[in-house]
Amino acid sequence: MSDHEHDHDHEHGHGRLENALGKARRAVEHLTHPTEHGFSSLDADAVFELGHDIADTKAPQVEIGERWDARKFNAKLVNPANRRKLSVIIVGTGLAGASAAATLGEAGYNVTTFCYQDSPRRAHSIAAQGGINAAKNYRNDGDSVYRLFYDTVKGGDFRSRESNVYRLAQTSVQIIDQCVAQGVPFAREYGGLLDNRSFGGVQVSRTFYARGQTGQQLLIGAYQALERQIAAKTVTMHTRHEMLELIVVDGKARGVVVRDMVSGEIETHFADAVVLASGGYGNVFFLSTNAMGCNVTATWRAHRKGAYFANPCYTQIHPTCIPVSGDYQSKLTLMSESLRNDGRIWVPLSGEDKRDPREIPEAERDYYLERIYPAFGNLVPRDIASRAAKNVCDEGRGVGPGGLGVYLDFADAIQRLGRKAVEAKYGNLFDMYAQITGENPYETPMRIYPAVHYTMGGLWVDYDLSSNIPGLYVTGEANFSDHGANRLGASALMQGLADGYFVLPNTINDYLSAGPFPKVDATHPAAVEAVEAVHSRIDKLLSIRGTRTVDSFHRELGHIMWDYCGMERTEEGLRKAISRIRELKTEFWSDVNVLGTNEELNQALERAGRVADFFELGELMCIDALVRRESCGGHFRAESQTEDGEALRHDDEFAYVSAWEFGGEDGKPVLHKEPLVYEYVEMKQRSYK
Amino acid sequence: MALKALMAVSGLIMIGYLLAHMYGNLKVFAGQASFDGYAEHLRTLGEPILPHAGLLWIIRVVLLAAVLGHAYSAFSLWSRAHKARGGSKRYQTSKSKLGVQRSYASFTLRWGGVVILLFVIFHLLHFTWNTIHPGGAADSPYVRVVNGFSVWWVVLAYTLAMVAVGFHLRHGMWSALTTLGANTSAIARHRLNLLAYAVAGVVTIGFLLPPYSILLGLVT
Amino acid sequence: MNITVRVWRQPHADAEGQMVSYEVPDVSEHMSFLEMLDVLNERLTMEGDDPIAFDHDCREGICGSCGVVINGVAHGPQQTTTCQLHMRSFADGAVIDIEPWRAEAFPVIKDLIVDRSAFDRIIQAGGFISAPTGTAPDAHAAPIPKNQADHAFDAATCIGCGACVAACPNGSAMLFTAAKITHLGMLPQGQPERDSRALGMVGQQDEEGFGGCTNIGECTAVCPKGIPLETISRLNRDLLGAMLHGSR
Repeated sequence: MSDHEHDHDHEHGHGRLENALGKARRAVEHLTHPTEHGFSSLDADAVFELGHDIADTKAPQVEIGERWDARKFNAKLVNPANRRKLSVIIVGTGLAGASAAATLGEAGYNVTTFCYQDSPRRAHSIAAQGGINAAKNYRNDGDSVYRLFYDTVKGGDFRSRESNVYRLAQTSVQIIDQCVAQGVPFAREYGGLLDNRSFGGVQVSRTFYARGQTGQQLLIGAYQALERQIAAKTVTMHTRHEMLELIVVDGKARGVVVRDMVSGEIETHFADAVVLASGGYGNVFFLSTNAMGCNVTATWRAHRKGAYFANPCYTQIHPTCIPVSGDYQSKLTLMSESLRNDGRIWVPLSGEDKRDPREIPEAERDYYLERIYPAFGNLVPRDIASRAAKNVCDEGRGVGPGGLGVYLDFADAIQRLGRKAVEAKYGNLFDMYAQITGENPYETPMRIYPAVHYTMGGLWVDYDLSSNIPGLYVTGEANFSDHGANRLGASALMQGLADGYFVLPNTINDYLSAGPFPKVDATHPAAVEAVEAVHSRIDKLLSIRGTRTVDSFHRELGHIMWDYCGMERTEEGLRKAISRIRELKTEFWSDVNVLGTNEELNQALERAGRVADFFELGELMCIDALVRRESCGGHFRAESQTEDGEALRHDDEFAYVSAWEFGGEDGKPVLHKEPLVYEYVEMKQRSYK
Repeated sequence: MALKALMAVSGLIMIGYLLAHMYGNLKVFAGQASFDGYAEHLRTLGEPILPHAGLLWIIRVVLLAAVLGHAYSAFSLWSRAHKARGGSKRYQTSKSKLGVQRSYASFTLRWGGVVILLFVIFHLLHFTWNTIHPGGAADSPYVRVVNGFSVWWVVLAYTLAMVAVGFHLRHGMWSALTTLGANTSAIARHRLNLLAYAVAGVVTIGFLLPPYSILLGLVT
Repeated sequence: MNITVRVWRQPHADAEGQMVSYEVPDVSEHMSFLEMLDVLNERLTMEGDDPIAFDHDCREGICGSCGVVINGVAHGPQQTTTCQLHMRSFADGAVIDIEPWRAEAFPVIKDLIVDRSAFDRIIQAGGFISAPTGTAPDAHAAPIPKNQADHAFDAATCIGCGACVAACPNGSAMLFTAAKITHLGMLPQGQPERDSRALGMVGQQDEEGFGGCTNIGECTAVCPKGIPLETISRLNRDLLGAMLHGSR
């Protein structure tokens, strides 16, 4: 399909919106593409090309409940003696990486793993608070694999793949067994059995938890299993190593280039297959709930080597985070959403009102969620709550430093339930808030603001978790697979462990059975080229010696992303963002200041490399958001909403996965669509009324 | 690690001995005959199964082993800790030298132990081997005790030593029991600490009663 | 507020280090301690000075990456991780001494960064339950009394930051090791390997060059997760038991 025909298709569906926004957009377009004129150049196509459709070919075409068993049976096996001759590289040691490394090590493969932290136990999975879902139906409340599957597909706003989600629900059951056997201290009842709670508006209680530190406990379980294999010498661990390039030989992923972050040495490592379990890319926003070191480099480098990047625009924004307190802010901290059960959210009626919140009379407060959504009030879904907060702040009515915050007030709850009851229910969250802000939430209303929290997008994978590059597998948050356009609470931990413990170890054998592949070493042209690329990039970064720090660029990129590719996206904003990111990227490469050398521990250099990749990713996110002219899950296009301001999907046009192919340094990214077919769950519009 | 068990067990043996020793000392209040009789009885205890002074020698051998074991493990662990913490100049800052919560007793455990060791040598020279006789020599242990403690500096030396022993026991007893696995809950920790205070207090006061009574002329 | 920091600067493992003073003006009391260092580093970078290297990652007190000795106290004046310490804990005009963890087994890599891989090796020596993937019985097969599970959890909250070692006058890692031994030893799943775990982990701890414990309690007083001292006694119990059983 030529660009032109494609334009036409799009206009049909969106003619009205196009006209409404036409004027503003033309102005922007003029800045972005001054040489192009006419209506067609205003379309998103100016920034991308359309490629052929793709499809998952690995899920067997049988009844959905039989697919996983069928796939395990069809997949070629590797006999135990041969496993010793096969090697696998795993990048990242979070839930998805550590569990895969431990399991493949137990199976007898030679595993080499890398993490940028000083210990695999520090991966950011550790920070997950809430819990992990599993269709155990221990509560006898009507839960089942099918219901978990259904909830997840629906929660993902019908933008995930049915086969994968069903398998996720199936394996969820085994995960809990596995973790308990490892000694994960899940919460228990007095009878000694596991406790469950409900989560995220789901009607059954299927969430297993370990106080507010479920991620920590699950990761420590996987970490211990990993360390056990390291002791058994089936796994070789490299800490403080960062992957900077993928080595592709004859079309197959065969190795990685890593930098030893202590000595600066650039090393090559080779294997029969490479697994990326390097997490999400929320840090493109600079401020997020991600750890400081979370980055997209491993997956982005793979993308540049040919791996498709799917649905990059799907980001999840969490409404109850502790707001920014000043320009120095380095990260954001999430507080459990459960606070909205008893807290009331408000801002002053007038933006001029700078009084102490306790002195503002009822009549001069705007409980805006209760006002706009009388039925659900403060308990509207995450995305609605987040957007509403942004809107009142945009109106100039935000509170606290920088006007980016809204009150979450427990005064009523304390009056109604008593301080003791509130303390028992929310004590730890209040303590956390007090520790960070220095304010006493029992006396003054808390301030909250939304923050980026999880990214549903990631490298495209098929049912086997294989990317489109043979031998390159992607697990956990790094892939795009199971959450569609929105992830349900307590499902990230489930997916990471399902991928690592149960899925990958049963699919990668199908590929490895053809191995061992011809030996490759550092002298291979592909390896030489990759190492050369890494060196020249580092040399370039160190030679600029400009006038701005890496962080100042990252912050600015974050602002652009937050303003235009955050909670609410518009065609105009996204176009503006794309051009500004391009400008900023150019400025970065000519004016960044990275001191020191490569041959030392150089944290500024590490960050510079990551930020450089964030520019490219950020641009692709905006392009993806621009092309997807519908609202779905975490992606809200202002042009596509119902009269009530709810997200409006366009299933006729956008029921597909956007898998982006790298278009070359100065080329346009190529969009491959994987059509989504729903055989088991009927596609419906989300509704809360 | 076995060193630490050795440390704890030998320490507890010595605490047991100290309590018995203290009990004997208090006989001084019952008069010369009782005290001297007690000293003689120690030698005949266990007869006729054991030879004369047999039990005493057994006790001496066990004690010597405990002292040697205690000292050996102390010095090995001390040198290992010194190396492990990164030498004597650990932190450059001059702040918080006293730690966050640590007790004086824990600070003085090691040097206090050395002080006690030196004292024990002096004590043996004085009363057991009878090589030095401050205040005048005598055949009767009772008279030797009274003579010795009539001298102010002897009492002072004993006082310092007993205070050192008190601090040593305060931390040592708690630590020994913890090392042997007795500290299993917050309540157990509370009780062990109380016990350590109690034993340290009883031993210190119990040992200091006779010298001060003698110095003040209550016992002659 | 305006403060002065005196920071341990050491370009690399083999270099001599020293304390270097920096003025940090206009510090907001709402900054976290690490954000104060970020601000200082931005300035140092623009002045052409090597920024101060320090470990940090999640900045929400759970990953265990961060940790420096502040005015002689591991993680500083609040019993929390360095990342959760805020500048409001310090007075205007304060002079703050910042040093890396010090222990033979934690060699300095650069400035405030130390090598804590010894902890990983202690875990390798037995800090796990051997439960290969796929072998697990149903999660409800063995009920565990709630108080036992809670005790195991309390010990399992250890974040492996190493403050216990930095604070211990003996440079001992007992609290870290004991937390893991207590976590796994409190659970029925952990029983089969209880002896070998105690012997292995403590043996490795000695091999790494950590000191012996004298039950002083500085470790637990600086532990951001408040791992109780009792765990050490539990370790001792398991260890003595293992020695008496003559395992290994």
